[in-house]
Amino acid sequence: MEKARPLWANPLQFVFACISYAVGLGNVWRFPYLCQMYGGGSFLVPYIIMLIVEGMPLLYLELAVGQRMRQGSIGAWRTISPYLGGVGLASMVVSFFLSTYYNIINAWAFWYLFHSFQDPLPWSVCPLNDNHTGYDQECEKASSTQYFWYRKTLNISPSIQDSGRVQWEPALCLILAWLVVYLCILRGTESTGKVVYFTALLPYCVLIIYLVRGLTLHGATNGLAYMFTPKLEQLANPKAWINAATQIFFSLGLGFGSLIAFASYNEPSNNCQKHAIIVSLINSSTSVFASIVTFSIYGFKATFNYESCLNKVILLLTNSFDLEDGFLTASNLEQVKSYLESTFPGKYSEVLPQMKNCSLQSELATAVQGTGLSFIVYTEAIKNMEVSQLWSALYFFMLLMLGIGSMLGNTAAILTPLTDNKVISSHLPKEAISGLVCFVNCVIGLVFTMEAGNYWFDIFNEYAATLSLLLIVLVETIAVCYVYGLRRFESDLKAMTGRALNWYWKAMWAGVSPLLIISLFVFYLSDYILTGTLQYQAWDASQGQLVTKDYPPYALAVIGLLVASSIMCIPLVALGTFIMRCLKRGDTPPVA
Amino acid sequence: MLCLLFFLVTAIHAELCQPDAENAFKVRLSIRTALGDKAYAWDTNEEYLFKAMVAFSMRKVPNRETTEISHVLLCNVTQRVSFWFVVTDPSKNHTLPAVEIQSAIRMNRNRINNAFFLNDQTLEFLKIPSTLAPPTDPSVPIWIIIFSVIFCIVIVAVLLLILSGIRQRRRKSKGPSEVDDTEDKCENMITIENGIPCDPLDTKGGHINDAFMTEDERLTPL
Repeated sequence: MEKARPLWANPLQFVFACISYAVGLGNVWRFPYLCQMYGGGSFLVPYIIMLIVEGMPLLYLELAVGQRMRQGSIGAWRTISPYLGGVGLASMVVSFFLSTYYNIINAWAFWYLFHSFQDPLPWSVCPLNDNHTGYDQECEKASSTQYFWYRKTLNISPSIQDSGRVQWEPALCLILAWLVVYLCILRGTESTGKVVYFTALLPYCVLIIYLVRGLTLHGATNGLAYMFTPKLEQLANPKAWINAATQIFFSLGLGFGSLIAFASYNEPSNNCQKHAIIVSLINSSTSVFASIVTFSIYGFKATFNYESCLNKVILLLTNSFDLEDGFLTASNLEQVKSYLESTFPGKYSEVLPQMKNCSLQSELATAVQGTGLSFIVYTEAIKNMEVSQLWSALYFFMLLMLGIGSMLGNTAAILTPLTDNKVISSHLPKEAISGLVCFVNCVIGLVFTMEAGNYWFDIFNEYAATLSLLLIVLVETIAVCYVYGLRRFESDLKAMTGRALNWYWKAMWAGVSPLLIISLFVFYLSDYILTGTLQYQAWDASQGQLVTKDYPPYALAVIGLLVASSIMCIPLVALGTFIMRCLKRGDTPPVA
Repeated sequence: MLCLLFFLVTAIHAELCQPDAENAFKVRLSIRTALGDKAYAWDTNEEYLFKAMVAFSMRKVPNRETTEISHVLLCNVTQRVSFWFVVTDPSKNHTLPAVEIQSAIRMNRNRINNAFFLNDQTLEFLKIPSTLAPPTDPSVPIWIIIFSVIFCIVIVAVLLLILSGIRQRRRKSKGPSEVDDTEDKCENMITIENGIPCDPLDTKGGHINDAFMTEDERLTPL
């Protein structure tokens, strides 16, 4: 007697699983950056167009394939065509890379969460130097939040060549992060289905709380005005469109095999078209929602810094010219400055080099993305709020929920093909397979806890998934439309769900989306080739800022290996299957 | 004669206390920044209190227990509020060495600040660096405590789930050997017809399969 395939308890669990997987850290820390760089409000135009033209069709395609084939990525693509099992394998390899480096972010979120229960917050004050007369030098040159991130959390080395040792604190947090992920995937869809209620809904609760708090902060409107004033000339910039397309593509998590895995646990009659539209719409609106929150926080931080800068200038002038305390304010600063310049020119010119030019615009224009946004910029804003421990704990708890939600999808992409495989699942129970996968990933992930770990993390983040995914999804679309046959797939879907396929989807799958992906792929390749040697940002402790350095040859080799190992699966498996078939045909003589 | 002596004394005093004089310290107060509306005006009475606090600090130094308020000289009071001060010895001819004054002020910095409702940033003694309060370090860092709690909870939960999974599997492997008249096990088993699993047709919990659902209108009305 065979065991039935485990199913989601209800369609809502499936939708929540997809939302929890798609809505991840990229919505929070990449989209606001892109919005800021490419024209604020006007970035929404290419974003929405790409969503409709690229995001929804490709998402529907993956969900439909998974629901139809009812197997993980390897089995699904092998069913489409025996030569294309490599696509599934490539998806699995990319998911493996992703889960290896993604969980370190959860480890960092745990670290910051545990440190949020102190008064004062450890990243709000600089530690003292050895003789207690001043602050630590590195902390003075940089800021206290940067110091806490680069020195206390990462203990980062000056370059990627100085590997250093494994730091035990982030290593412990990484082990905890993997244990939590293991706990959630232990029982397969039974446990995952319950966890996704939390990982999908809790981030929204926190975002709403933050929205209310953020909008009431002093200076929030500055940030919002800055973000939403459309700079329409950016619409003519091709980079805006390319980045919109890339963001939609990676934000939905296409090509990893996670969506196929989730959909394979669906009932065949499930209306995955409706779910695809819902999930993609929710994903994009979450991005916009998160950027509203982010920009109100930005506005608060920029206004705070601007006012501190002004206060420093006021103090400097008050002290140098012995003016009455409280006489100089922000409103009469300019008048008094010109008065002092005319009355005491000599002394003024002495003081002038020390006076910083305070500008709200330049504070707002500091655009940050990625880990820097969450762990440096946000913490800087949080430390100036009242009851900062509460806000800090809430924020990092939300990051954890987002991160774990995405990890559930990543591990599902790896585990589903493994548990589908009869050989492996007959020898090992589900719990042991999950445990083994988590253990292997954890051990490899310890690389990112070394002193140079953050540089390796950046390598994986930039190169492990980007090019490979574009190629994988391209092959997927072409496979379904031209190898399996669009008409055959259409009739399959109709038999399965009882609904006819809309002409819009057919047009997108067959024509528009592959062309879009090809153009993205060409752009990425040309970008890599044109920029020549690849460079990275290294933290210089003596200057207290980031400096650009070149990657050493072995790091470039690792990058090449990352990209090649997943892409090569497709042709290699196709070739292997072809050879096996030839051999089989050669062995058995044709029956008369 | 007396007038001449008086002038001489004030002249010497004036020489002793001057901006950038030897052993002189500049003090800067930011009363309005610290207290806002509750700021008090800086007048001669406040200056007297300041002299008293400095004299008090000096009296704590061994060999200087006889310092009087009159030994502390203030000069060049500006609107800022800032001024210079020196401490003279009992003969009022020399000023006490800067090092002694520095250490005395450092020891009693807190009391001086409190007398004026100010802190280290709003009552500045230039050239006397303040000893910064070290952050309180508990013996066991707080984060380790929270970490251990969550770690133990997660490990217990994982073990519970694994054990219940093992127990469930053992119960299931004993199950089929029993009499199979219990038909409600078909939730976990799929019906096989002619060797082909009917899984796609399996209805779960009485759900209607949409693929075979026909509209009511299609039925010919009676």
